[in-house]
Amino acid sequence: MQNAWIVATMVAVIAGVVGFFVVLRGSAFPAHAIPNGAFAGAAGAVLVGVSSLLGLGVFAVLSALGIGSLGRRGRHDVATALALVAMLACGAAFLSRTTEYAPEIFSLLFGEVLGVSTTELLPVAGLGAACLLAVAVLYRPLLLSSVMPEIAEAKGVRSDRIEIAFLIVLALATAMTVPVVGALLIFSLMIGPPAAARALTPRPGAAIALSVALALITVWAAIALSYQTNWPIGFFVGTISALAYGLGRGWNAARTHHHQLPHSATFTDASSPGSPAPPLGQRRQKRRRPI
Amino acid sequence: MGWLIEPGFFASAQVHTALVIGAAAALVSAVVGVFTVIRGQSFGGHALTDASATGGSGSLLAGVNPLLGFVVGAVTAAGAMEAIGVRHARGRDLATGIVLGASIGLASLFLYLDTTATATTGATQQILFGSIFAPAPGTVPIVAGFGAASLAIILALYRPLLLTSISGDLAAARGVPVRLVGLAYMLALALAVALSSLAIGAILSTALLIGPPATALHATRRAGRALIGAAGLGIACTWIGVLLAYDSAHWFSDGNGLPVSFFIVAVIFLAYLISDLTTHRATRRSTAAGRTGALVGDRDPRAAR
Amino acid sequence: MRPAAQHHPHVRALAVDGVSVTLGGRRILDEVAFTVQRGQFTGLIGSNGAGKTTLLRVILGLQRPHAGRVLLAGRPRARRNRSIGYVPQKVGLDPDLPMRARDLVELGIDGHRLGIARPSPARRELVAEMLAAVDAERFADSRVGRLSGGEQQRILIAHALVARPQLLLLDEPLANLDLRSGQEIVSLLDRIATEHEIAVLLSVHEMNPLLSVMDRVVYLAGGRAVSGTTDQVIRSDVLSGLYGHRVEVLHVAGRILVVAGGPAATNGSPDGLPGAAPLPDAR
Repeated sequence: MQNAWIVATMVAVIAGVVGFFVVLRGSAFPAHAIPNGAFAGAAGAVLVGVSSLLGLGVFAVLSALGIGSLGRRGRHDVATALALVAMLACGAAFLSRTTEYAPEIFSLLFGEVLGVSTTELLPVAGLGAACLLAVAVLYRPLLLSSVMPEIAEAKGVRSDRIEIAFLIVLALATAMTVPVVGALLIFSLMIGPPAAARALTPRPGAAIALSVALALITVWAAIALSYQTNWPIGFFVGTISALAYGLGRGWNAARTHHHQLPHSATFTDASSPGSPAPPLGQRRQKRRRPI
Repeated sequence: MGWLIEPGFFASAQVHTALVIGAAAALVSAVVGVFTVIRGQSFGGHALTDASATGGSGSLLAGVNPLLGFVVGAVTAAGAMEAIGVRHARGRDLATGIVLGASIGLASLFLYLDTTATATTGATQQILFGSIFAPAPGTVPIVAGFGAASLAIILALYRPLLLTSISGDLAAARGVPVRLVGLAYMLALALAVALSSLAIGAILSTALLIGPPATALHATRRAGRALIGAAGLGIACTWIGVLLAYDSAHWFSDGNGLPVSFFIVAVIFLAYLISDLTTHRATRRSTAAGRTGALVGDRDPRAAR
Repeated sequence: MRPAAQHHPHVRALAVDGVSVTLGGRRILDEVAFTVQRGQFTGLIGSNGAGKTTLLRVILGLQRPHAGRVLLAGRPRARRNRSIGYVPQKVGLDPDLPMRARDLVELGIDGHRLGIARPSPARRELVAEMLAAVDAERFADSRVGRLSGGEQQRILIAHALVARPQLLLLDEPLANLDLRSGQEIVSLLDRIATEHEIAVLLSVHEMNPLLSVMDRVVYLAGGRAVSGTTDQVIRSDVLSGLYGHRVEVLHVAGRILVVAGGPAATNGSPDGLPGAAPLPDAR
């Protein structure tokens, strides 16, 4: 049980950080597809008798590369959808050849509180650290190319390389999170809390911190509830994430409504033809504040 | 011939049912899927397949025909996504993802309750990966009914749907009720997804929905031809998949074959890969020869004809 | 030419030398040549499809020319050159983007570098200075995706300027702005060109908003270009030569209209001629 808490905490941190960029780039679909590929890897690993973490990692990276290279030529969403089903179909084939019972498959897909043994703790921590390091190194170009890809290109940041690098980070994050949250619901954790966080604050740094905090609350609550009810952890992760998103949107809508009136009033004032704005130089003088 | 088709293939009643259900699912999915690809809603389509899994797993719990569960799940999710209605593309993906996550969460709960409360073994695999060889009794008439309904919606709305898929503004300017057409399309999509969930399983039905249409749109830029091509390709892939799955039982010493959904998806994926590689090469050639290679659907104004 | 620009010794910020681009068998740019000086405001004028965007892409190094070369500050452009500030036509910022206008400007300092930037007073000061330079202090702490078109344009200009470029390129910055916001942006850019002593090259399909501030014109039509001062270029004989058929330049109430000339076309269509349409927004 202690292992579960440690791993869950690491999972939440990674999902919160990586999820921030998933939401920023609008990569919800790849974030959903890659874990499904990883699921096939875990099933394959069981079949050939190697560590499931290895299978998860290898297949997650393979799906990332598949999505990246197919998407480079054609439509992104089509490429993602087809890479997703191809990997899942492999998973189905592997499963049909194994003698494992349904509960194992179920926990791979939907998560398992006690799914991590002490020996697996170290590799999971290593993967997590690698993820955080990669995000830290890529931070600025990733941010720039996610927000304004054209300007990034003009500054020599290659969007296609950034995309592949990001998908690989996503794959690493996936490999470590599948055993806890399950292949089908990681992406939920990667979009619910970050989406809520960005509705709450306009600062990128604060949004990442808040996203991690919300992911932690989600995972901890999900584990506690799952432990109490014995229901699958994925159910709670999915539901709490959706709840967080809903709250974020509600908060945002309320705030926008609140701010709309004064903002639009100043706008019409400044641009109404009846009151010509003073020349720019003067206005700047008036507005300049000591720094 | 014997090496290709194992004995007993054509005699088996199970196979007959599988071929009929598979063809119906492939046909409907391909026709609806052409619009899904043109509209760039692969993610939305996929989300519906997972939502239909929720319905399917719920149906086992309630003890009704899974197909009804698939339909209810998909239609509900389609309604939810249409209701959230975010305009910004990234925001739309996000909303889709949230609905998807919540419905998978619910599916996990239903499946858990299926296996514990009602002791239905193999529910997970049946719902997620399909059961084309063993449909519940009385499924074929329901399949025919829902399939016909979905096709009827698409054919009736063919022209306004194409117009709204290419440009919502253009369609609105021509007086097309864009929102209403979108809703009807989502309904057709939900029905198609439910059918293919039955055939190859909920989480793989995306393959039938996206694969053949994307492949067909690689080959032709005309929506009408793409429709026919996708339907033909979808049915062919499904039948080849069924055949291979039937054969595969003889490949292994234990007599257990590989799942039919694996073969169907593998054939579809292969077809897409081949068309992707060949069109890529053709595009490069034609660009060099003086024409710019246009992408399918999304950017080609000629698709409007 | 305005006196302000004449005070500075003109340093060549950009030289485009015989650049030709062929795409898909079509000649998009045909031996285009012109220079842009520091401290000057240059308008790149051409109708839709004249090759403006391709030319900007060549200057940015995103499109390789099939002939000719681009010199920046007298040297051939390196593959990755960051001495150009660039404001694209359409940025499409997500309204929910978790970034303040201030954060977006800061990303302009070194957003292409790996690693996380260490916050420092110097960085904050630089950002504040740029926000002041574009009159954006009022909304510096607002979500950037929720700002109006004109406000976003200012922030993007600050983002481009904060890296201290020698050349500022703007692709159709006035396209989605109302007349007043457009005028504000134009005079802002004019001031920046003078105060920061950088070359501003701005593409438009309608030259009238720039008439009061343009030091030089690069007029692009059918992939070919002529350049010089407004008086040198916007003349019936010069533009007729460029278009290859007769066009008239008319001065009407302080505005310039370029219309298809000749007896056959007196009331003919002004297709493809910048500034030709009888514009309702004339004041």
